Amino acid sequence: MGSRLPQMLKDAGLTAFVGAALGIFIVGFRTVDVGRGLTFDYHLVDLAVAVVVIFLGRLGLSMAANGLRWPAIALGAVMIAAGASPMQLPSGFLHWFVALGGVLLVIRAIWPWANEAVTEASRTPSGQAISRAGAKWFGWMLLAAAVLLPFSPFADQKTMDLGVLILTYVMLGWGLNIVVGLAGLLDLGYVAFYAVGAYSYALLSTQHGLGFWSVLPLAGMMAALFGVLLGFPVLRLRGDYLAIVTLGFGEIIRLILLNWFDLTNGPAGIGSIPGPTLFGAVFAETAPAGKQTVSEMLGIPFDGNHRLIFLYYIILVLALITNLFTQRMRRLPVGRAWEALREDETACRALGINPTNTKLTAFAIGAMFAGFAGSFFAAKQRFISPESFVFIESAIILAIVVLGGMGSQIGVVLAAVLLIGLPEWFRDLGNYRMLAFGLAMVLIMVFRPRGLVAHREPSIRLHPAGSGGSG
Amino acid sequence: MSVATATPLIEVEHLTMRFGGLVAIDDVSFTARPREITAIIGPNGAGKTTVFNCITGFYKPTVGRLTLRGGRGEFLLERMLGHEIGQRAKVARTFQNIRLFPGMTVLENLLVAQHNKLMRASGWSLLGLLGFASYRNAENAAIELARQWLERIRLLADADRPAGELPYGAQRRLEIARAMCTEPELLCLDEPAAGLNPRESAELNELLVSIRDRDGIGVLLIEHDMSVVMNISDHIVVLDYGRKIAEGDPTAIKNDPAVIRAYLGTDDEAIDG
Amino acid sequence: MAYFTQQLINAITLGAIYGLIAIGYTMVYGIIGMINFAHGEVFMIGAFISLIGFMICSMLGIGSAPVAILLVLLLAMAFSAVYGWSIERTAYRPLRGSFRLAPLISAIGVSIALQNYVQLAQGARPKPGGQIVSGGFTLFADDGFDVRVTWLQIIIVVVTIVLMAGFTWLISRTSLGRQQRACEQDMKMASLLGVNVDRTISLTFVLGAALAAVAGMLFLMYYGVVDFFIGFLAGIKAFTAAVLGGIGSLPGAMLGGLLIGLIEVFWAGYFSSEYKDVAAFAILVLVLIFRPTGLLGKPEIEKV
Repeated sequence: MGSRLPQMLKDAGLTAFVGAALGIFIVGFRTVDVGRGLTFDYHLVDLAVAVVVIFLGRLGLSMAANGLRWPAIALGAVMIAAGASPMQLPSGFLHWFVALGGVLLVIRAIWPWANEAVTEASRTPSGQAISRAGAKWFGWMLLAAAVLLPFSPFADQKTMDLGVLILTYVMLGWGLNIVVGLAGLLDLGYVAFYAVGAYSYALLSTQHGLGFWSVLPLAGMMAALFGVLLGFPVLRLRGDYLAIVTLGFGEIIRLILLNWFDLTNGPAGIGSIPGPTLFGAVFAETAPAGKQTVSEMLGIPFDGNHRLIFLYYIILVLALITNLFTQRMRRLPVGRAWEALREDETACRALGINPTNTKLTAFAIGAMFAGFAGSFFAAKQRFISPESFVFIESAIILAIVVLGGMGSQIGVVLAAVLLIGLPEWFRDLGNYRMLAFGLAMVLIMVFRPRGLVAHREPSIRLHPAGSGGSG
Repeated sequence: MSVATATPLIEVEHLTMRFGGLVAIDDVSFTARPREITAIIGPNGAGKTTVFNCITGFYKPTVGRLTLRGGRGEFLLERMLGHEIGQRAKVARTFQNIRLFPGMTVLENLLVAQHNKLMRASGWSLLGLLGFASYRNAENAAIELARQWLERIRLLADADRPAGELPYGAQRRLEIARAMCTEPELLCLDEPAAGLNPRESAELNELLVSIRDRDGIGVLLIEHDMSVVMNISDHIVVLDYGRKIAEGDPTAIKNDPAVIRAYLGTDDEAIDG
Repeated sequence: MAYFTQQLINAITLGAIYGLIAIGYTMVYGIIGMINFAHGEVFMIGAFISLIGFMICSMLGIGSAPVAILLVLLLAMAFSAVYGWSIERTAYRPLRGSFRLAPLISAIGVSIALQNYVQLAQGARPKPGGQIVSGGFTLFADDGFDVRVTWLQIIIVVVTIVLMAGFTWLISRTSLGRQQRACEQDMKMASLLGVNVDRTISLTFVLGAALAAVAGMLFLMYYGVVDFFIGFLAGIKAFTAAVLGGIGSLPGAMLGGLLIGLIEVFWAGYFSSEYKDVAAFAILVLVLIFRPTGLLGKPEIEKV
């Protein structure tokens, strides 16, 4: 084993050298505005620390790969300790960088063990039964927690806001999961349908006085219509072309929203959008003429939080409808055809399945749910502008689907909590969120392409589950 | 075994396929009859798969007419879109390099094959979504058909396993069963015996013969394995460099000098599989 | 007429920049059949390295513009090439043979990560680049409208033509080019015949990144400002150029770049500048629907 050390050191040195070459200009020299020109801030110490981390990380990784598990773990532990120590580093980020590098190294070192143990355990019949039951119960427990959250002691305004935000992304993730996870169509402009739904509600409510509940189905249909209009010509294209066309389409919608002043009020956006009503009653301290407030209707004292709780339950129900609908569709012929198309389009055509129509249904249904979510978003924010519908939003939703495990419903929930919830809790890391998303997408594809929840439950079974059909 | 006067199931007339300057098939005509196994043989690159790709709509022929006369009427295949050939003309095929849906279970593979029938029964998903009994009945019937095929290819116990986990030979059989689940008039098999061991190969012979005799399906077969071709074919078409050089029953082909020269060399023994 | 000529000159300049980026898309697509979504970001990084390079030059007191340009050109090409190489090595190579969407998703991940990396390291605000080359001459005047050609525009077009010529020579005449074409035809066969496929793919990324860096430098000089987001739009437009010209075809990429430059400049000049980006996207969609092989591309034959 020791004889491999020089090779490993050389390899780590090379990697560190490449890292230095990558970082020298972008990290090492930070351009700073002074007056009308630019000057430098030197960040060469940051760079040096980063290069050392890369060196140690690479060394540790090759140790782990060569079976030197304990040295790799020790190295990772040292890095974690160094990151957590009060040592003077030029920035707080570097502490995180060093520590996270160590964490990743440790995970990598113990991965084969953990993986083997889990695989072994899940192979046994009882293990299979446990994991199946666990997945089922886990879902129900999450649901119960979600339903009870507003009554729990943590339900302050901040938590409820975050809950609404996470559920919105869960719903969007589930909607996109139909397109990406089931049908295997990479849609990079999903946010466009979200925007269509949001603007549909904003315009119909502010200009024509329509209420949330009557616009909701319209907004969904509108978004689905856009999905069909875009999808019909482009769904015949190869997968990667489809990705870039949807990306372009998302940008077109945003640019139109930005520039069509007469309709959308341009970058200034649309304000005073009415919120959703409960049986015609509004959530406000005083009702406008001819309307009733909810607290009057129910005879309870006014509380600003009621509106938030109401919104929370609306998005919860909308998300659950998305989920139930998807689960149901998966068990229907069209749902199986989606998955079959994802697996092999050529084989589908040979079986007489019309690929374009089948993709179109997935695309339109996915768009419809984005439309629902969009009109909810407009009703919640009461103000929308094109800024809310940039490419990054599409990327976040895609990251949720990818991280969760394409096609896995519960995975989307976990990923949404992780990707949306965590950065909200660790606010100081918020700036690094998108960087982490991007890196996470790469890492997931390289190391765990099926996502956090990789298990696929068959849409139908011939033999009842757990009867040992694989004999 | 069949009478020469029977109407052909598929009639290929003057089929020509050019890719740029390359002529892959040059004026090939032949017919295949119902309830018969028609083999297309020829050395590598003779254009056999290209013929299949034209028949099943993956390529649009440069010249030629492909007429299918089945129980549902007459279809000009060269004018139909790829998926319509499977959907309306009822031509099913398998692929040289197996193309199952590897992540889906064996049963799901067989249900996807019955897609169009089930789509109608589910009211294009609407009735299915609402849980109508008519759809449930149709689904049960589809599962029953799948179960029968799983029994015939001896994969019943593996019904709930991902198709990609099956051993190679089982995957070959499953792909044939999947094609049969579309309830075709014509079954096109592209080298079904490739990579099979002698025992599996013999089983395949049995399966194909039963598809012909029991299900009454016309089979078009591309195959290199002469033990398969000579034992079960009723009719053989020989291609070489994109042209048809011979056509006839196995005995005639075995003794055809053009075939022996172009394809089998001078050694007749190679064809006594 | 004068206005038209002026627009034409501007369009050719812009088209040259798009063409240089488009080559990277087209080469990578040709060899491994994937859209390298992160390519636009490499262009952006090239522009940033150039910005910093020019600042270092002025700090070192290199006053001569040609010397500074040449130095920065080499610097940006070399260091952006490292980005191209690293991206392929870490985000794409491990995914060969993975499922269909994997490399695309990974590429989007790289693109997001690089954008935010530069934003974090260099700040989100647009960075003014200063003027390295100024001046020009009046070509002719008509109806009181001066048609001007700047030295910078000439530099941009000349650099592009020289690089294109060198590049065409590289692909058609050298063993690297032969190996590359062999890999495009049939990767497995090429490797059996002793072509080092990994190395060839790496080199493709390196070359594409180097050209993107040149485009980045020219962009910086032309517009005088860069920010971390320029790669997104420029990337999509250059990709449109590659598709329009016929993806996989080098002359096609150049032709496509030119056409996109023309469309964008004339659209903004004669219709509305708000919708000039919409025009580029619309072209992309139309080309893909009606002529997915582009103007100079070869039809793809599906292998079943």
